[in-house]
Amino acid sequence: MAIHEPQGNWWQPLSKDEKIWFILALVWMLVSFLYMPIQHFIGVQNPPSESYRVSAEDFEALIEAQEEKYTVGEENGFPVVRPNPDEPVYLKASMWEWTPVLELEKDKTYKIHLSSVDLVHGFSIQPINLNLMVIPGIDYVVNLKPTSSGDFRILCNEFCGLGHHTMVGKINVI
Amino acid sequence: MSFEKRTCEISGLEIEKNSESMIKLNMATAIIFFAIGGAAGLLVLLTRWPAIHLLPVEWYYRWLTAHGLLALLVWIIFFEVALVHFGSVTLLKSRLAVPILSKITYGLMLGGTLLVVVMVLGGQADVLFTSYVPLQAHPLYYLGIILFAVGSLIAFIHFFINAVVAKKEGEYKRTLPMVSFGIMAASIIGIMSIAHGAAIYIPTFLWSLGIIETIDPSAYRLVWWGLGHTSQQINVCMMVACWYGIAAFLFKAKPASEKLCRSAFVLYILFINVASEHHLLVDPVFSTWHKIVNTSYVMHLAVLASMIHAFAVPASIEMGLRKQGYNNGLFEWLKKAPWGNPAFSATFISIVLFGFLGGTTGVIFGTEQFSIIRHNTWAITGHFHGTVVAGTTIAFMGMAYFLIPVFFKRDLIMPGVAKLQPFVYGTGITILSITMMAAGTFGVPRRHWDYNFSDAPFGYQFDSTVDIFMGLVGIGGLIAVVGGAMFVFVTLGSIFKGNKRA
Amino acid sequence: MSEGSEEYSAVQKFYDNIWLLLGIGIVLPTVLFTVWGLYEVYTLPYLPIVK
Ligand code: HEM
Ligand SMILES: [Cu+2]
Ligand SMILES: [Cu+2]
Repeated sequence: MAIHEPQGNWWQPLSKDEKIWFILALVWMLVSFLYMPIQHFIGVQNPPSESYRVSAEDFEALIEAQEEKYTVGEENGFPVVRPNPDEPVYLKASMWEWTPVLELEKDKTYKIHLSSVDLVHGFSIQPINLNLMVIPGIDYVVNLKPTSSGDFRILCNEFCGLGHHTMVGKINVI
Repeated sequence: MSFEKRTCEISGLEIEKNSESMIKLNMATAIIFFAIGGAAGLLVLLTRWPAIHLLPVEWYYRWLTAHGLLALLVWIIFFEVALVHFGSVTLLKSRLAVPILSKITYGLMLGGTLLVVVMVLGGQADVLFTSYVPLQAHPLYYLGIILFAVGSLIAFIHFFINAVVAKKEGEYKRTLPMVSFGIMAASIIGIMSIAHGAAIYIPTFLWSLGIIETIDPSAYRLVWWGLGHTSQQINVCMMVACWYGIAAFLFKAKPASEKLCRSAFVLYILFINVASEHHLLVDPVFSTWHKIVNTSYVMHLAVLASMIHAFAVPASIEMGLRKQGYNNGLFEWLKKAPWGNPAFSATFISIVLFGFLGGTTGVIFGTEQFSIIRHNTWAITGHFHGTVVAGTTIAFMGMAYFLIPVFFKRDLIMPGVAKLQPFVYGTGITILSITMMAAGTFGVPRRHWDYNFSDAPFGYQFDSTVDIFMGLVGIGGLIAVVGGAMFVFVTLGSIFKGNKRA
Repeated sequence: MSEGSEEYSAVQKFYDNIWLLLGIGIVLPTVLFTVWGLYEVYTLPYLPIVK
């Protein structure tokens, strides 16, 4: 019984159904075990792996420079920036805003640098439901290629204080 | 060795005095905090239910912090401390090695809990239970967590002291019984987990006092999940030990193969902890190789272990019932199983729901490719209500139904309610978990006060099916709250008012 | 069978050695997850800024 000490040598061969189950489980495990690394190298839906340290001041400066150069308008008090696809694009998270509103061209690939200048935030593009963490002091480089045009929203999905639920940004794909 | 003990007439267990009182105390305390944690869950639930939207924003986050802490930490770990005593004293027919340690454990854990609750509900710790820096709470909040952790660390270490004493005094020769072995595995994972807790909460406490300047947010997340996820593995391990225990007590069942089942626990000990990585799959900083090795490679060895248990426990129950003569056809044993005994039905429901609801979704969401489309959405909250609630909590409920008559020497009150309770709770949690996952699929965030974003600069409306799922989460949650309340009434009622046995 | 006359396999002895299990159970994940992770946190390069 499972509540008493087993006696003597219990390292005994498995019975037949135990063996069958063990082998089935092992095969299933190997499949799911290989799935992720294989997908990582052949798939397209993987978290990016390029990141750097960056101070809040340096990141703010990059955001300002980008705004000076590429602002094309304004929406609800946020600058609308249409960046050059050949240059790095910067997107800032802070309590409780995503700045700026980005205007991206369909089917062009952008290198978007995400960082936060205060707390941890959660970058969540809707309605495609793509989610990444944004960490203060860290620049996360995301290669993004919009494949359909329209309006997208950026929600914050990591708790970042009492205004967390109002933290919604916007991406326009043209 | 001679020490004060009695023989329980229901289970045949020999019950030693010092451990008996600690098991009773920890179990009763666990259930009281389960009740408070459940009430917090109700308030949070009613706030996220769009038709009601009960709490104002700051109170939503406070009660959410309280719900996470009381349910996940306090209820579960107090119950586990009772199980540590049960596995290392009662099952080894031994004695509590150092009774004062158990008292220190209890005092620290209770003191820590009260401090944390006062801080959270006093509005001094609006940080949710993960308290990611640089969000900052009052220093006493961190101190409360540290006290609680130190207390439980002592309990897990006490397992090893008890086991050494039992062996020295000849209560067991070389091999721990399977259930104790599982609880031992959980204790190892517990020590590992709380070591990480100390490594992160002590610096954070000093930071909140202004003694340390900064805490690196990525390092915090890494080490915090070394605590936070690892402690979920204590729960998995304890849950599996309860499965084996109930199978043995009710059906005199033997583990199918000592070799296979013990190997499965050893795989947990060695490999399950690194699965903490799946919380960091969409984080910057950590390399692809860190992610692949820790989740894909090593975690699946632990998944293999769960598959083994999922076979071995039902197989041993089947063998036990067949021995009792229910031998016709493939499934007579299952039909004739004691469905009216809540200790059995809860265990069975826990096995099924953990396997199909919690376990499978965990394996799926634990890949990079799925993490990126589910991370921090409500799908995750749905997943872990399938593991730690449908799995661990329901297994502990079954264990409580079994242990209360044994240790309190009282009959269960309201047997009719007890009989239904696991089914009601299981149904509610299943609905809650599945519909939370459905809403998360559409991107509904977890920990979010207003999924209609009415105060945001840019509005956003989810697909309209989401409203249906939000309502269903509410309904499933209410059923679960009823089931939870039934459990609390039956168990606390039996502890204080049940018929006394001789 | 009397005590001692029995042969135990090495694995059985390993599983019965709770201290060894405790040691490995702490060291292995700490190295693989925590130490490796902290190494990556503290060696992350600074963003090369093109002025
Ligand atoms: C009466 C049954 C329960 C109900 C109705 C319930 C409901 C909920 C709800 C609605 C949330 C909020 C999610 C959000 O707004 O993001 C939640 C979160 C949570 N629940 Fe439960 N729950 C119950 C039982 C439990 C139990 C027994 C446990 C642990 C053993 C548990 C652990 C958690 C945790 C850890 C969270 C996450 C908190 C966070 O995100 O900070 N729940 N629950
Ligand atoms: Cu935010
Ligand atoms: Cu937020």
